Amino acid sequence: MRTYLLRRLLTAVPVLLGISLVLFTILALAPGDPFEELATNPNVPAEVRMNLRAQFGLDDPIAIRYVRWVTSMLRGEWGFSFVSRVNVDRLILQRLPTTLFVLGSAQLLGLLIALPVGIYSAVRPYSIFDQIATTLAFIGFSLPTFFTGLLFILLFSIYLDWLPFIYRSDISETGLRWVLAHLKQGIMPITVLGLFQGASLTRFVRSSVLEVVRLDYINTARAKGLSERVTVAKHVVRNALIPVVTLVALQIPTIFTGAVITEQIFRVPGIGSLLIASILSNDTPVIMAITFVFSCLVVLFNLVADLVYGWLDPRISYR
Amino acid sequence: MDEGEVRELVRQVRDGRVSRRQFTRMMVGLGLTAPLAARVLAASGVANAQPKPAFTPTRRGGGGELRTLWWQAVSILNPHLAVGVKDNDGSRLFHEPLAAFDPDGNLVPILATEIPTFENGGLAKDGLSVTWKLKRGVQWHDGRPFTADDVVFTWEFAADPATAATTAGQYKEIARIEKLDSHTVKVVFKKPAPFWPIVFCGSTGQLIAKHVFEPYRGAKSREAPANLKPVGTGPYRYLDFKPNDVVRAELNPSYHVPNWPFFDRVEMKGGGDAVSAARAVIQTGEYDFAWNLQVEDDILRRMEQGGKGRVDMVPSGNIEHISVNQTDPWTELDGERSSIKTTHPLLSDPAVRAALTVLVDRGSIQEQLYGRAGQATANYLNAPSRFASRNTRWEFNIEKANQVLDAGGWRRGPDGVRVKDGKRLKLVFQTSINATRQKQQAIIKAAAGKAGIEMELKSITASVYFSSDPGNPDTVAKFNADIQMYAWQFGVDPQRSMEIFTSWEVATKENKWSGRNTTRWRNEEYDRLWKAADGELDPVKRAAVLIQMNDLLVRNVVVIPLVWRSWVSGVSNRLKGTEISGWDSSFWRLPYWYREG
Repeated sequence: MRTYLLRRLLTAVPVLLGISLVLFTILALAPGDPFEELATNPNVPAEVRMNLRAQFGLDDPIAIRYVRWVTSMLRGEWGFSFVSRVNVDRLILQRLPTTLFVLGSAQLLGLLIALPVGIYSAVRPYSIFDQIATTLAFIGFSLPTFFTGLLFILLFSIYLDWLPFIYRSDISETGLRWVLAHLKQGIMPITVLGLFQGASLTRFVRSSVLEVVRLDYINTARAKGLSERVTVAKHVVRNALIPVVTLVALQIPTIFTGAVITEQIFRVPGIGSLLIASILSNDTPVIMAITFVFSCLVVLFNLVADLVYGWLDPRISYR
Repeated sequence: MDEGEVRELVRQVRDGRVSRRQFTRMMVGLGLTAPLAARVLAASGVANAQPKPAFTPTRRGGGGELRTLWWQAVSILNPHLAVGVKDNDGSRLFHEPLAAFDPDGNLVPILATEIPTFENGGLAKDGLSVTWKLKRGVQWHDGRPFTADDVVFTWEFAADPATAATTAGQYKEIARIEKLDSHTVKVVFKKPAPFWPIVFCGSTGQLIAKHVFEPYRGAKSREAPANLKPVGTGPYRYLDFKPNDVVRAELNPSYHVPNWPFFDRVEMKGGGDAVSAARAVIQTGEYDFAWNLQVEDDILRRMEQGGKGRVDMVPSGNIEHISVNQTDPWTELDGERSSIKTTHPLLSDPAVRAALTVLVDRGSIQEQLYGRAGQATANYLNAPSRFASRNTRWEFNIEKANQVLDAGGWRRGPDGVRVKDGKRLKLVFQTSINATRQKQQAIIKAAAGKAGIEMELKSITASVYFSSDPGNPDTVAKFNADIQMYAWQFGVDPQRSMEIFTSWEVATKENKWSGRNTTRWRNEEYDRLWKAADGELDPVKRAAVLIQMNDLLVRNVVVIPLVWRSWVSGVSNRLKGTEISGWDSSFWRLPYWYREG
């Protein structure tokens, strides 16, 4: 087990380097630069724009820029944003709490919906409950988040005027009112995302449980005289959830990069909207930092998922 | 319109037969800017009455929170390192210039005691210097006094090439600033400056503190903490700033105008899109003010029926236009397309150019797409007919286009597209990706098709189209198409904007396509006129020369102006005192904003 872990960690290093190289090259080759607004501004002469480009090293060859980036990353300096001239890690840390709150809650909501509904559907397949749940799940993951988001805004903010639709990360109230205010504005984006994820997760849980329910040892448990509730809770669920746990572990990195579209619609200041804003303004240091963090998390959580799977399922062993 | 006619008009304004506003609109219709028109009037001695505020509070603050929406988020709070209008607006919460431009283009003193004129000795007769008297008793947010040293420092900071300030272009016109005493400065230009408010006035004239930025000169400017935690003289102090998200500010208790500002806190939230910003102000009333609503007019009208907010439109210097390539983008010479060594095979034919100008249906574009926010223009003059420019009237006439092309020798081929000397009349028309622009393209393509001109439409994502990357073939500067369409924003003085048609600004491979003359038009008379306007101190003569330059451009079909776009903002019905100006930041009058009811 230890050798396995060590081997995985060692192979992660060249994988991450390779990913960063590909990312950097693509970004450097992509057209556009952070100073587009100045191009149509008649008051800004060409020398100023050229000067800015040279200052930020945008005219140097790609290899030199890459080496510069890697060496500063290794030193722990994540660089300056071209546009706001702020440390990139400060930018990301500013947005992390909001992202974790909205996306973490959405993931939790998805799980809270998917688990009971999926298990119950699988235990009573093709019943009325199952038919309705399946249909709703199909509708849920077929409708894109921008559609459901806009629908919710129209319904709850404009017609009913119950909820605010612009997310504010800084609320001046304190105590209980602060919690309530955050809930009021967070409910729509969390629900939109949670329902979407819950829908696809429901189907997965259902099929996973269906597979386990058919197995012989479940019959044995029932034959032994165990009640249905105990059989399901102790034997079915525990075994069926192993692949589900793996899937959830693999989805955790997406909590950190945010859901770009939903953040745009609700103006949630999360890491996803930072990523999109940086891509559109060609702010290379920020894009590199966010995508690199994302790739590290993906590699890490892949490893975690494998380890957890091995721990939960005694049939698996590592060589 | 010539100089005599302009002088006659000015006389009529002085006599009260023509109002200031009408005069300004006429001048803008001829292609000038409102601030320039205001200079013309001021130089001719036409007085300007300062408007009395409608509401006089008895104490500062008490107004609660002002919530504003900028759908492009602010990314930096230093006015001289600002990349876009939004950053200038964010900085304007905290910093102030010596004077601002009101909606009619007149100068309003803010940190200066009065506007320099010939009468009060502020303006030198030779146009080489301007003397500003600074307001006394003004403090920076950290308590230190505002003095002439700060004015001198702002110039040095902006003009230093190592700082790479985005306002450098204006401040490098200054030769030196003499400090006459602690609150008087004399700005001396390198050569006579016809439009002296180009520095220290308006959005690009915001002042920064010497004691704050002194250790961060030159290349270290981007490390200054004050870029993100600003220290200014403005009505609000820094509270919080999350780049690309939100700016928050609180009332400045030692602001230099007593009993103002009204609001205790201001929030400038960024991100999202223009339509939802309009909704938040006009339909739901969640926010008080939304900036730059580039939304189709019928959508705005439907929202206004909700009754919580209204749409505010003011004229500004924004012209949506089509540029016509004078060179050949389809021939590559020494690795350069659209090289000035070539001429365009189709567009150099005057018949084709004449046909194009009458094929653009400005009327439909304005009605269907811009509504109240735009005015169809060919620099068209809305005025008594005596002053209408005979050369610059727009027309939409497909038969005329057909006649002109027939007379020019363009016969229709079997597929309906005109041919002459073996050349097919096919044009590639490029613009940025933007719903309104794509609709404009479709309208123009349909009309051109009826006259036998085939148009291929190309749209490029805005961040690429407007970039200055020399390696990218799809930029505005490279112009690898026959005609292209975008909006050009006049600054407060048309001199800089008109420079983009001079022969020395041509974008070529040598200057890495950094020149701003994308049409690559070169004309000796235009160059001569531009140089004459640059040195002409008499505002009336200068206005006449600029109008002549405009006529040259339109007559030679170097550009086809489409719509003169207004500046559109969303304002809550209870928010008063905004008086949005199209010539300055939306926040130019921020200390005097208040809420009723």
